[in-house]
Amino acid sequence: MNINMTLIGQSVTFGIFVWFCMKFIWPHIVGALESRRKQIADGLAAADRGKHELELAARRASETLHDAKTKASEIIAQAEKRAAQLIDEAKNAAKEEGDRMIHAAKAEIEQETHRAREALRADVARLVVAGAERVLRREIDADAHAQLLETIRNEL
Amino acid sequence: MAEAHTSAEYIKHHLQNLTYGRLPDGTWGFAHTAEQAQSMGFWAINVDTLGVSIVLGLVFLYFFRKAAVGATAGVPGGLQNFVEWIVEFVDSSVKGSFTARNALVAPLALTIFIWVFLMNLMDLVPIDWIPGLASALGVPYFKLVPTTDPNATFGLAIGVFILVLYYSFKMKGVGGFAAELALQPFGKWGMPANLLLEGVNLIAKPISLALRLFGNLYAGEMIFILIALMFSGGVALVLTGGVLQWAWAVFHVLIITLQAFIFMTLTIVYLDMAHQEHH
Repeated sequence: MNINMTLIGQSVTFGIFVWFCMKFIWPHIVGALESRRKQIADGLAAADRGKHELELAARRASETLHDAKTKASEIIAQAEKRAAQLIDEAKNAAKEEGDRMIHAAKAEIEQETHRAREALRADVARLVVAGAERVLRREIDADAHAQLLETIRNEL
Repeated sequence: MAEAHTSAEYIKHHLQNLTYGRLPDGTWGFAHTAEQAQSMGFWAINVDTLGVSIVLGLVFLYFFRKAAVGATAGVPGGLQNFVEWIVEFVDSSVKGSFTARNALVAPLALTIFIWVFLMNLMDLVPIDWIPGLASALGVPYFKLVPTTDPNATFGLAIGVFILVLYYSFKMKGVGGFAAELALQPFGKWGMPANLLLEGVNLIAKPISLALRLFGNLYAGEMIFILIALMFSGGVALVLTGGVLQWAWAVFHVLIITLQAFIFMTLTIVYLDMAHQEHH
C-alpha cells in the first residue's frame, strides 16, 4: 500500500485511455445513435405522410366510385330505354312484315282460287260439251252449235 | 494458502502488491516481503495494479472500439446494442449534470465508468485464485483488484483534478479562478478564511474521489479475505463462509457498480463546477 510510481503510471494510462475513447469510440457510437434517431424520425414522418395520403386516396376512391355508380345507372337507364325502343321497333317491323305476308298469302290464295275456278270451269265446260256431244252426236253438228256452247261455258 | 500461514500472514499476503523496484541490496527486482516493498520508496511500480488495470482498460477499449467501428444506423447487434445502451446512459448522465459544452467530458465519463467498473469487478473473482496461481508460478504477491490500491484510485483522481484545474483556468482565467478562491464566500475582507475554505474545498475533490473508491473496495476486499479465513475452520464454518461469501458477492455487485457510477458522476459534477462562472 505504498504510494509509488504506479500513481503516475495510472494517471498516464488513464489519460491515454480517455484520449482513445474520445477520438475513436465516442464520436462513432454517438454518431450512429444520432443518425438512427434521425432515420426513425424520418420514418415516422414518412408514415404520417403515408397515412395522410392514404386518407386522401380513400376519399378520392370513394368519389370516383360514386361517380362511376352514377354514370353506370345513367348508362343502364339509357340502355333500358334503347332496348324498349328497339323492341318496339322490332315489334312494329314484325307486325308489318306479318301483315305483308298475310296480304301476299291472301292474294296468292285468291289467285289460286281464281285459277282453280278457271280450270274447273274449263273442265266442266269440256265435260258438258263432251256429254252433250255424246248425246247429240248423231243429230247435232258440233260446229253448228259451237256458239251456243261457248255461251253456256261462259255462264258457268 | 490459508493452511500454510497464520491468519495475520494470510491477510497481509493478500494486501501486498507485487512491487518492482530497487531492492535493498542495490539490484532491481520484485519485492519478496512487505518490508522490501516498503524500502523501495517512490521509485517502484506495482506491477499487478498497473498490469491488471491496463489489461482491463484494453478490454474496454477493444470491445467499445469494435462496436464503434461496426456502428451503423441500422438494426444494432448484441454487442452494439449493449455498448449503445451504456453510451446513452453515460450521455444522459452528462447531459443531466454538465451544463457547459465540452466534447471531452462524455468520453471521459464513459472511460471512468467502464474502467472503474471493470477494475472493481475483479473483486468478485474468488480471492485465492489469482494469488494462488501466482504463487504456483513463483510470483510472491498478486493483488488482482487495482482499485484496492490507492495508487490506482489516486492516479485516476489526479487525472480528474488536473482537468478540473485546467478548465478552471481556461474558463475563468487566472484572475477569475483566483478571485473564486479568494473572494467568496465572505467577500474580500474575509480573504484568508476564503482561501482556507476554498482551498480545502478544492483539495477535497480529488482526495474524496480517490479515497471513497479505495475505501469501499478495500473494505469489500477485506471482508472477502475475512470470510475466506473461515474456510480453514470446520465444516460448519466452511458452509457459513460459503453462504456469507455468496451473500457478500451479491451485495458487492451493487457496490462496485455504484462506486463506478459515483466516481463518474462526481467527475462530471466537478468538471461542471470548473466550467461555471461564479458571481
